[in-house]
Amino acid sequence: MKSTTAPRALSSDAAAAGPTHRSSGSGRGPRRGPATGIRRQLSFSPWLFAAPGLLIVGAFSLYPFLSTLVNSFTDRRTLVPGEFVGLANFRELIHDEMFWIGLRNSALYVVGVVPALIILPLLLALLVQRNIPGITFFRSAFYTPVVASIVVVGLIWVWMLDDRGLINAVLEAVGAGRIGFLSDQWLLLFSAMAVTVWKGLGYYMIIYLAALANVPRELHEAAAVDGAGAIRRFVTVTVPAVRSTMVLVGALSSVAAFKVFSEVYLMAGPSGGPAGEDTTLVMLVQRVGTGLSGRVGYASAISVVVFVVTVALMLLVLRADRKEDA
Amino acid sequence: MSFPKTIDADGRRIAPWQLALRYVLLLVMLLVMIGPFVWQLSTSLKGMHEDIYSSPPKFLPSEPTLDNFGRVAEIIPVWDYAFNSLKVASANVITNCAGAALAGYALARMRYRGRRAATLAFILAMLVPVEGIIIAQFTTMRDLGLNNTLLGVLLPGSIGAMNVLLMRNAFLNLPQEVEEAAFVDGANTWQRFLRIALPSVKGTLAVVAIFAFMGAWDDFLWPLIVLSDPENFTLTIGLNYLHGTFAQDPRLVAAGTVIAVVPLIVLFACLQRYFFRGVGEGAVKG
Repeated sequence: MKSTTAPRALSSDAAAAGPTHRSSGSGRGPRRGPATGIRRQLSFSPWLFAAPGLLIVGAFSLYPFLSTLVNSFTDRRTLVPGEFVGLANFRELIHDEMFWIGLRNSALYVVGVVPALIILPLLLALLVQRNIPGITFFRSAFYTPVVASIVVVGLIWVWMLDDRGLINAVLEAVGAGRIGFLSDQWLLLFSAMAVTVWKGLGYYMIIYLAALANVPRELHEAAAVDGAGAIRRFVTVTVPAVRSTMVLVGALSSVAAFKVFSEVYLMAGPSGGPAGEDTTLVMLVQRVGTGLSGRVGYASAISVVVFVVTVALMLLVLRADRKEDA
Repeated sequence: MSFPKTIDADGRRIAPWQLALRYVLLLVMLLVMIGPFVWQLSTSLKGMHEDIYSSPPKFLPSEPTLDNFGRVAEIIPVWDYAFNSLKVASANVITNCAGAALAGYALARMRYRGRRAATLAFILAMLVPVEGIIIAQFTTMRDLGLNNTLLGVLLPGSIGAMNVLLMRNAFLNLPQEVEEAAFVDGANTWQRFLRIALPSVKGTLAVVAIFAFMGAWDDFLWPLIVLSDPENFTLTIGLNYLHGTFAQDPRLVAAGTVIAVVPLIVLFACLQRYFFRGVGEGAVKG
């Protein structure tokens, strides 16, 4: 509730503050309190400073959030205001086969992508951790997919995984058969997951690098003296030392994975692959809610499910962290 | 332990066989991470009559040509789209830097009633997932009459809540004494902000600028929803359209993606440390 009143309070305050602000430089006219120095001078201008930010954030994040909640209980369409329909949208969801397909795919995406994004970037970070000659080049190179647009990345891999693309040409050259990565429902989803992991590797690698820099070198040396091999040192020294970072990566990547849109949209096409079987939840929101005949109310109900699952995922990861502490 | 030892930049010893293994693994990963980009570049340079489907694949174009870049411009106005993207991205840099610095300063340095509520508003806004509110953003844009315009593409992300909080933290980390001294010398709020506080947070400002540019240039979902008229497409939406309509010639799609990715790779090559710094600060916040 505070969030909605903030922008409104701001606009009235800001208007009233105009002239006062201009004169405040000379140290005149404090209206609020006998306070000292900086405090006295600044009673109105803060709202002017914060106004643009609060306005944008209020109008395009907080207001849409509330209006999504409200719309989910209406039958609003793009061109029709709509009326309150209670839980009708949510009842319809339960019987909507496409909704369950979307929920299944988005959930599968979390299951498939998150473990890979917790482990692989850590291994990659260990690989680029030592300051050997040329290592900054490799670090930058591994980060390049993060910089590229998801559209570029998606289209690059559509061509790589094409029936007659590079991967299949190589497979055929070595005597293995061609694989229809982009025509089979499940292969398509797994390929999209692989692309998500590929694009995310460099990002989480940098996060892990920062965490690894704080692991005392003595721990490794002591373990090595005790005769622990590389794998044992990884399990007994590295993993416990970066565990909180692993939880952070788990939280960030699971929320992102559940909201997946672009990779699948580009690789499976707008309709979500064969018979729409590769549709994700956010793809469904986009398909149902946009355009001139968009069902805003129904799409908002799906969005609410996205919110709820996202929050639940965060809490789940954080709880798992606390349990391990105990 | 009879191996001769070499030494890395931190002065730690590393066995040669281990060093060799590291480089082998690094090169394998280089192939995995950069190879697809190189293959795309190679495809974009192959002529119309060159077989791009050969097995085993041919990595170097036999007669490299820039024809595909001309041909893609005949099918979609790719340079106009690039210019649209540039306009949105540049504007996004300006609005985010100015808006986030001002609001961040207000949250960090000023004393007033409602400051906690204002901070909370930005924190809540940061937590709202964009994917969950795009439909409501779309209807808001329609109400404002801004759907299908570049301004409509720009506005929702024009002052990112996370950028505001990043700037707030940067200002909080500055010592207060300098500004107090300036206050005693008669500098007003605006002067203290502009002349004293702002120059001290240039690094964070650079991070905000870079991520604002990259975010707008790379964005896909929101422009896809808000833009319907091909006149106003940004580059990512234009590429999606190209892919949907002319997928049968991968050379053209490849040329389009090269146009979209080269500016960012150049930017990244020049300003790497800010990119990496942004990941650290963003992750701590996010």
